[in-house]
Amino acid sequence: MDYLKNDLTSLHKQLVNKEISATELAKSTFDTIEKRDQKIDAFLAMNKEATLKQAAAIDARGINADNVLDGIPVGIKDNMVTKNLKTTAASKILENFTPIYNATVVERLEKAGMIVAGKLNMDEFAMGSSTETSAFKQTKNAWDQTKVPGGSSGGPAAAVASGELIAALGSDTGGSIRQPAAFNGVVGFKPTYGRVSRYGLIAFSSSLDQIGPVTRSVKDNALILNAIAGQDKHDFTTSPREVPDFTAKLGKEIKGMRIGVPKEFMDVDLQPEVRKAVENAIATFEKLGATVEEVSLPHALNGIQVYYIVATSEASSNLQRFDGIRYGFRAKDVKNLEDVYIRTRSEGFGDEVKRRIMLGTFSLSSGLYDEFFGKATKVRTIICQDFENVFKDYDLILGPTTTTAAFGFGEKTDDPIAMYMNDLLTIPTNLAGLPAMSLPGGFTENGLPIGIHLVGRRFDEATVYQAGYAFEQATDYHKQMPTIGGQN
Amino acid sequence: MNFETTIGLEVHIEMQTKSKAYSPAPVVYGAEPNTNTNVIDWAYPGVLPQVNKGVLEYGMRAAMALNCEINQDLHFDRKNYFYPDNPKAYQITQKDTPLAHDGYLEIELEDGTKKKIGIEEMHVEEDAGKNTHNPNGYSYVDLNRQGTPLIEIVSKPDMHSADEAYAYLSRLRQIIKFTGISDVKMEQGSMRADVNVSVRPIGSDKPGVRTEMKNLNSLEHVRKGIEYEEKRQRGILLKGGEIEQETRRFDEPTGTTVLMRSKEEANDYRYFPEPDLPTYHISNDWMDEVRASIPEMPDKRRERYINEWGIPAYDAKVLTQSKEMSDFYEATVAKGADPKLASNWLMGEVNAYLNDKQIELADTALTPEHLATMIKLIKDGTISSKIAKKVFKEIITNDTEPKAWVEEKGMVQLSDPAKLQPIIDEVLDNNQQSIEDFKNGKDRAFGFLVGNIMKQTRGKANPKVVNKLLTESLKNR
Amino acid sequence: MNITKEEVRKIASLSKLEFTEAELEKFTSQIEDIMNMSHQLSKIDTEGVKPTINVTDAVNVMREDVAEEPTPREELMKNVPDHEDGFIKVPAILDEGEDDE
Repeated sequence: MDYLKNDLTSLHKQLVNKEISATELAKSTFDTIEKRDQKIDAFLAMNKEATLKQAAAIDARGINADNVLDGIPVGIKDNMVTKNLKTTAASKILENFTPIYNATVVERLEKAGMIVAGKLNMDEFAMGSSTETSAFKQTKNAWDQTKVPGGSSGGPAAAVASGELIAALGSDTGGSIRQPAAFNGVVGFKPTYGRVSRYGLIAFSSSLDQIGPVTRSVKDNALILNAIAGQDKHDFTTSPREVPDFTAKLGKEIKGMRIGVPKEFMDVDLQPEVRKAVENAIATFEKLGATVEEVSLPHALNGIQVYYIVATSEASSNLQRFDGIRYGFRAKDVKNLEDVYIRTRSEGFGDEVKRRIMLGTFSLSSGLYDEFFGKATKVRTIICQDFENVFKDYDLILGPTTTTAAFGFGEKTDDPIAMYMNDLLTIPTNLAGLPAMSLPGGFTENGLPIGIHLVGRRFDEATVYQAGYAFEQATDYHKQMPTIGGQN
Repeated sequence: MNFETTIGLEVHIEMQTKSKAYSPAPVVYGAEPNTNTNVIDWAYPGVLPQVNKGVLEYGMRAAMALNCEINQDLHFDRKNYFYPDNPKAYQITQKDTPLAHDGYLEIELEDGTKKKIGIEEMHVEEDAGKNTHNPNGYSYVDLNRQGTPLIEIVSKPDMHSADEAYAYLSRLRQIIKFTGISDVKMEQGSMRADVNVSVRPIGSDKPGVRTEMKNLNSLEHVRKGIEYEEKRQRGILLKGGEIEQETRRFDEPTGTTVLMRSKEEANDYRYFPEPDLPTYHISNDWMDEVRASIPEMPDKRRERYINEWGIPAYDAKVLTQSKEMSDFYEATVAKGADPKLASNWLMGEVNAYLNDKQIELADTALTPEHLATMIKLIKDGTISSKIAKKVFKEIITNDTEPKAWVEEKGMVQLSDPAKLQPIIDEVLDNNQQSIEDFKNGKDRAFGFLVGNIMKQTRGKANPKVVNKLLTESLKNR
Repeated sequence: MNITKEEVRKIASLSKLEFTEAELEKFTSQIEDIMNMSHQLSKIDTEGVKPTINVTDAVNVMREDVAEEPTPREELMKNVPDHEDGFIKVPAILDEGEDDE
């Protein structure tokens, strides 16, 4: 089965028509993974045995014809806990950790008949933009294995882009779904904050983290979000709002839709091909009947400054539980409690995680709180207001997902600020909790994918999908396929 | 030089909800280690807190009973510190928006003077687990207590002596007990006090430097700790020294306080708002609902006993000292007992029994039903007060229905005139001399006759009825 | 703003992390750069602006006070590096700690 030549709907048809069984699909999925992952290195853990068992059970009861996800393997970023399946968040400090409960999103996908095929690589604790901070392996870009896959959801994006999987779940704190989606030429969606339960997501920054789907098509993406969205009694920050069918508006014309392009996002130093891709996208949307106008988000670019205070502060607190006492790694030959803490954490965390813990601890420390954390949370309010003002007159915001296409390994690892700038354009939507999607919008001269970023009103994912689908149908970027080690 | 002491108290009280503050694990005391915990209590990767409605409601009860203003818009905060009994390495508490603020309670000192002590603020938070240190070089962690809801009540620095602090704590304990949110047992740790003490020369316009004593677990320790600190601080000041702001521990065996941590070593808790929880709004309707659920407070009860039931002020005070006694008393009256007799029994025989055995009301077999039945039996003359003592002994030690019991044991008084009259007539017939003596003004003869009647009835005759019938019979002779 | 190695050392101790001298050197300059980037926020006027702590639309979410079955102890113990008789075992605690804060 080649996932590059299928979508969820076509796969479902084949399963229902018994052209392929769930077991055959599962086996062929692992065959593909075993071949392609030698080049891509997207997987941290395979769940082959359990997958085949579940597939057999689904075959025994028969595919549910009303459920498009039934019997289809899915990948999960390794910061979502999976019962009895090793979950590490790509950190040494959790290298031997086997969860005893399932994340809500995993429960929901399984309830919908999907089978967790394995756990996908990421930046350690989702802190990074290239998946290079993973303690275990270096995942490669599906289009050019000398380039990073982006991050932190580099594993999910590369696995889907290379056709190892049809869909995967990522998490997005400052762009961690959308930036790797852009770098790998796939569709990555960060839902509105509160739309998807965070229960079982190993927290990085509680007020920013959201789980979302990574797929090759807009429709597949909406189908996965349908399955995972909605209030959860385990996550008190999930919204009580009813969840619409996110595919409902797909195919509806977007004539008259009002789209704003923030000048601040176009005024930054963009790679020329990225700028060109956005201009092409504007032309495409206009051709589809939308009105596209320049707008202003005066404080959006301050988002990165806010982010590196808020996200690190929350992270410094969230990551204190990794202390070597109740689970995970404990340093060897520790003499006393202080040793358990300091040696476990110093040996267990990588440099980027330590850097962010330190930054966060700084921002919250007495004497600096008002100047840093306090100030950042106020500017965050102003950034939210900027978006609200634009959304009074516009249905969507359009721009580039990233300033450049994928870069090479090691290019930015010694310069944290250069690495952080990867998320310059995606961070503001996390701060405001808005739904946002990156979808294929072109290629560089060297054949690297470029992502187009669409941002919607709070809880208006349906309009983002509607516009994204219209764009996808009007272009053929999504039909391009990467060449992985000379084979498709 | 004369000195003035200033004392402020921070009191932690465990609230007896069914489930924990931020997880649905049960709140159970004395269970096997780590058997009443879940992944949330353990701070497993990926878990999130779940606010217990009961915790806010219990907290509101305490706030209302202490005359506090409720903060209607709330959020929770994190207090960060590492310790094995604190699995998240942060405690979810309320710093910016405590549940309530600006309340007071009234204390009564031994000389009868009354004084209001202000409550600065009170907030809900969670208790930690327990570490047991073992001489083998290891500590053993039990997380059963982790997440048990606490209310922390912070007084204003309104107290100026160990006696006042003592009175404040006793009063606070009494009031909280009446709200029904906690058993407030200091010796079992469900109420713990941190005590801030400072001393300064009288007339000084600078506040004194305070020291803090943590986790005192008895009223006596609080008193001794404060008295020691007063003495220690005065001594330093008299020698021209300076008080260090520090945390000290009360050392029980020596009755002194010892240094735990200096100000420089004080932790930086890096408080910030808890992002895993939404904000909370307490509506007026919700407050009304909670207010209606609070049991009547001791002062109100006291007034009612005095005004409605004619109970002497002193007795009313004793009866309302504890909620158990007061509830028991009211239940006894509700079962039909005469309020005054019920009060006399509880203040007298019952309290004497409890003091003698060093136990509490709940440890006895006595029920309000049984006590009320016994009192009714006394009042309607079914049993004598002498018999009543036997009945009381029975019903406080065994779950015995008194009416059936006295009947079965043949302890019922003979009060029926139709049955008593023939016995009286017979005694009179046999004692002509006594009738003569009585008529000649010898009162002793009356007593002799009563004695004879009692003997005839084996002591069961109702003395009142006998007196009445005998007096009439003698008139007719 | 200037950040000293001493400050970084203090923050490391609060974070329960330790660094070699060389690492400390590197972290100090990196942290200083990043903090200076974020410190540019001081130029934005936030007079009278309320902080944003969370962007959820959920409010007043509460659980009724009902106890649920606890997680079985043997499940919880599966990942514990060292345990004994139902307790989690850790090397001795040397300081007085924060009991019952």
